[in-house]
Amino acid sequence: MKRRAGGTALTIIAWALGIMFVFPVFWMVLTSFKQEADAYTDTPTFVFKPTLDQYKLVFDGGLGPYLANSLIATVVSCLLVVALAVPAAYALSIRPVKGTKDALFFFISTKMLPVVAAIVPIFVAAQQINLLDNVWALVLLYTGMNLPIAVWMMRSFFQEVPAEVLEAAKIDGAGLRTELTKVLLPMVAPGIAATALICAIFAWNEFFFAVNLTAINGPTVPVFLVGFITSEGLYWARLSAAATLAVLPVVIVGWIAQRQLVRGLSMGALK
Amino acid sequence: MTTAEMTAAKGATLSRKEKWSRRGPLLPALIFTIIITQAPFLATIFYSLHSWNLLNPGSWGFTGLSNYVDVFTDSEFYTAALNTVIVTVGCVLVALVFGLGLALLLDRPFFGRGVVRTMLITPFLIMPVASALLWKTSMLDPTYGLVDAVLGPIGLGGIDWVGEYPMASVLAALVWRWTPFMMLIILAGLQSQPRDILEAARMDGASNWQTFRFMTLPFLRRYIQLAGLLGSIYVVNTFDEIFMMTQGGPGIATTNLPFYLYQRVFQGFDVGQAAALGVVVVILTIIVATFALRAIFTAISGKEVSE
Repeated sequence: MKRRAGGTALTIIAWALGIMFVFPVFWMVLTSFKQEADAYTDTPTFVFKPTLDQYKLVFDGGLGPYLANSLIATVVSCLLVVALAVPAAYALSIRPVKGTKDALFFFISTKMLPVVAAIVPIFVAAQQINLLDNVWALVLLYTGMNLPIAVWMMRSFFQEVPAEVLEAAKIDGAGLRTELTKVLLPMVAPGIAATALICAIFAWNEFFFAVNLTAINGPTVPVFLVGFITSEGLYWARLSAAATLAVLPVVIVGWIAQRQLVRGLSMGALK
Repeated sequence: MTTAEMTAAKGATLSRKEKWSRRGPLLPALIFTIIITQAPFLATIFYSLHSWNLLNPGSWGFTGLSNYVDVFTDSEFYTAALNTVIVTVGCVLVALVFGLGLALLLDRPFFGRGVVRTMLITPFLIMPVASALLWKTSMLDPTYGLVDAVLGPIGLGGIDWVGEYPMASVLAALVWRWTPFMMLIILAGLQSQPRDILEAARMDGASNWQTFRFMTLPFLRRYIQLAGLLGSIYVVNTFDEIFMMTQGGPGIATTNLPFYLYQRVFQGFDVGQAAALGVVVVILTIIVATFALRAIFTAISGKEVSE
């Protein structure tokens, strides 16, 4: 009996903490449906007449191109990461030779390098090859930013494939190509998805490179949020609508794929 | 036999050509990573030994270590370094403790566990720029903020949190964002813990606290270390929250090294000085990553190491 009461208490605590953690986000979404006057009440209010005006204002404010840039930077860099990381993870896990451990360590060590320390030459280089204020510079940088983590994670997923399965395929006369496409890739597909998801979250949310290397032609959604404040003063409801639109894609994808997210995050260095 | 053992056994007899065909698939990723991450850093070292101001085309010239002297004679640099340590250690420690607590709560089945987990991971998915805005305006505003609405009735109303307690405000936003990350990793560890051993311990009369203290916590150590390490790598680079919430201020109260460096580059346009600062930041980061982290791990898990 005592145990059950304790269990109920823990359940209530868990729910309370869950609600506390998500509440700021809930509040942001709620505010985005308010008129500015309702957003600025001295006692925060739950009762108001919902409106889509703020969302309309955000799109009129030109969110579209920023969304497009974010989409390009995220999707293309993720595709590049997968294209580069899958062969690398394959080489590191299924058929490793001497030196591959060093390569693995090298990849993760690059994450120790603070990005700010590289901003000067990256800025200069981008300027010289005409990639300053260009979304494709972000594509390259996001690929470089996520590739080490991706190689690291994917390798651990590849290592879960039992050697017997690959041997059996070989005995059945499968060449490297068949082995890869018919046996290996289907087995590690969930792992590739998990890795790509984490890379996408980091790319979509990245701000430092975006704000420093792009201005007019290549800026992404986070830069839009910043410009929004500085140019028009602080309109809370409108800002909330913009922020809601900015976080929505990643939050929805993350909610749907949370099992993959957990796997991807936890497997990385533990295999 | 695992894949690795199998290939290791074969490795001894591989021809040179075969070895390269095995390394081959690794090369594109390796070369790309070297170009994107190492080349800029080498260039940073090169620039750091020169004077070069972007606003003054004629300023290029070799200056030796004078840029480094400038870095170390600037008192703001020391404040920024200290702030970086406070932000990183503070955020990672608190987020780890919260993350561990939440992971333990979520480890047992209860009504709506999936929903609660979904709510808890949300801050990690939120764009940091949006999260910083959210905290600065909706949460911490002295008049209209939610924190004011909650704390007002108990006599703590009207406090300009970001202005008066800037570091605590930044830390609150950071802990909110990183706690779910810690929780996810530790939860994955908890759920991979073999249940039968815990059951056996309970049969032998171990209390909940004893099983947690002597079995679960040691088992989780690797996961806690991983969470702390990955978290630190990202938190030490914190820029978004500082930029959006305080602009490093008031004064330089919340200026950490990334933000300080940003100011040097994009307000001073002195490439040489900024580059020297960048090199110093890298070296400091490596020191923090090795020493401070080790201290954190000993604090968390030192006791069961000594037993």
